[in-house]
Amino acid sequence: MIDLAQTVAQNASFGESVFFWILAPIALGGAMGLVLARSAIHAALWLAITMMCLAVFYIMQAAPFLGFVQIMVYTGAIMMLFLFVLMLFGRDSKDSMFETLRGQRLFAICLGIGLAALLSSGLARAVSGMTVAADPRWATGAQSNVEAIAEALFSTYLFPFEVVSGVLTVAAVGALMFAHVAKKGGHRGQKEHSRERFAPGVYPGPKPGPGVFATSDSTATPALRPDGSVEPASLSPYVPPRQLTAAESAPKHTEGRDA
Amino acid sequence: MNDPIWLMLVKGVLVFVVLVLLVLFTIWYERRVVAIMQVRPGPNRNGPFGLLQSLADGLKLAFKEDVMPRTADKVVFIAAPVIAVACAFCAFAVIPFGPEVNVFGIETELQLTDFEVSVLLILACSAVGVYGIVLAGWSSGSTYSLLGALRAAAQVISYEIALGLAVLTVFFQSQLMSTGAIVEAQAQGLPLRFGGFEITLPGWYFIILAPSFVIFVISMVGETNRAPFDLPEAESELVAGFATEYSSLKYASFFLAEYVNMVTMSALCVTLFLGGWAAPFPSSWWPGANEGFMPLVWFFGKVLAFLFFYVWLRGTLPRLRYDQFMRLGWKVLVPISLVWLMVLAAMNIGLDTDNELATRIAFAGGAAIVVMALIFFWPNRKPYEPPAEPDTGMGGFPVPPMDLAVPPNPRALKELEPATNAAPANGSSPTEKGEEE
Repeated sequence: MIDLAQTVAQNASFGESVFFWILAPIALGGAMGLVLARSAIHAALWLAITMMCLAVFYIMQAAPFLGFVQIMVYTGAIMMLFLFVLMLFGRDSKDSMFETLRGQRLFAICLGIGLAALLSSGLARAVSGMTVAADPRWATGAQSNVEAIAEALFSTYLFPFEVVSGVLTVAAVGALMFAHVAKKGGHRGQKEHSRERFAPGVYPGPKPGPGVFATSDSTATPALRPDGSVEPASLSPYVPPRQLTAAESAPKHTEGRDA
Repeated sequence: MNDPIWLMLVKGVLVFVVLVLLVLFTIWYERRVVAIMQVRPGPNRNGPFGLLQSLADGLKLAFKEDVMPRTADKVVFIAAPVIAVACAFCAFAVIPFGPEVNVFGIETELQLTDFEVSVLLILACSAVGVYGIVLAGWSSGSTYSLLGALRAAAQVISYEIALGLAVLTVFFQSQLMSTGAIVEAQAQGLPLRFGGFEITLPGWYFIILAPSFVIFVISMVGETNRAPFDLPEAESELVAGFATEYSSLKYASFFLAEYVNMVTMSALCVTLFLGGWAAPFPSSWWPGANEGFMPLVWFFGKVLAFLFFYVWLRGTLPRLRYDQFMRLGWKVLVPISLVWLMVLAAMNIGLDTDNELATRIAFAGGAAIVVMALIFFWPNRKPYEPPAEPDTGMGGFPVPPMDLAVPPNPRALKELEPATNAAPANGSSPTEKGEEE
């Protein structure tokens, strides 16, 4: 694998290697940030940075279609949906660093290292026999990256592609069914609303706000009707009514003005 | 695109300057046009016709106090307007302004850059640009902002699908994904042979792909968060939506990004559907119309016409309710786009003379049958059922009877009483009088 990496590095043009050495640390940093960030939104943003860097790598390696689709689909749509959900959790929900299981962190680190070793050894085995192609044209004889991808998707891998799209659709519809709560009772239209509003015994106008005709504009002050009586609709059941004492209702002194 | 580096730099700076000037112009243009539509003068104090109004407003905004909310997530709060503006400007790089011209002895195209899939760059930029809006709303730490951000995320994702499907038909028809090449492909007419005689349709895609054009224009308004689809910043519902907590230059950058996006989407629509920089008449009328720097006039003329359309929409239509807006996107635009794409594919096979006659008839006829079936069997709204109970008013709504006798206004009576008694208190209000009594 190291041999392959060295040949790739030798074959890369100057611009490509410059961009690689700028973007690779950013991509890695994004991945680290994803793991280490305390807030879920920050983690998602770090992941978005990594995805953008990967997209630029694809574009650098003469796969512009793949790169832009990565930005549009992964960064633009999927990460945005993640953010959408995470934003609803509330701003202050941060990961708690408290260990609920004893030794959980140690086990997690060991298992993480083990997984990394497994993955990298598998990758090494997969690419160890490979050589860098002399001509970076598309092997299938397609004219461009777009054509090569189209041919692979819609002829060679047509069945898996369709199966995956079907599975995704089923999953989306299933999620919708779970989340959907049928409305109790029928849908009330404009006519029904209007009838209820103008039914005998119902006051059709807007309810008086607190403080209308009242002596104060506090929410605790009930609204008064034009005849001076208290409007019951303006009394909140949660705010206990209270009579102000004479001292409370008297005009307050302003600081420093009167002795 | 093998320009020398100095030319690339000049082009990049020019694109930036053109965009900023267009934004300043568009703000003034919008205010003046809306003012004329509402029969009032609009800004007319600063400079000739008030042209410098937006410059003055921009300077004022820049010198305002920059407020950072205490609950804000500081890094994200600052990064959000940067993302919005950067993505907005980036997208304009692939718009072709004109054909090849000679600049100081170098043949170059009036376009900053172009590559195989350059239309996707614009879509990608608008997809990432939403991050600016969404993060702005989230990081502000305010409910209005968060609601605006949620609306923006849902809206842009929904309308991006319809927009992408409309763009897909252009890819389909031209078999190209590069802006410059799509403009050139529209220069050729589409010959159609009906039995004996042959007609040549103009090559601009808004004729051949008329449904896509309509869908693109509708979803483009949704994508740029403009009225009547300006739900993320609906001022009567959410103060200023995602930008509620922003002030000074940060607020100005959202403003800038919105107008740049408007210009970019107009330019994209012109490029994809209205022939780009091509003159709006056959080249036989004026042979030199499509050469040299002349196409700049046609291009910016078309873009300004589109900006007028944006302003017209804003001046005419009320804002949609959120559920109506989502229904329009998912239940109308997306299904119509999908069906239209299938029909277009079938028609293309049917019109291709290389195929066998039976195949052609099957595909073209199948497409026609599908369209006819959809038109005839479209699920209609429920027909009106007359109400079972006796109806007193207009269609069941409680309205006053036709022979209603309006009782005299008690307040008017009160006003009259002192006048008849010739009381001295002339201007006192009814409440004061009530206290006196």
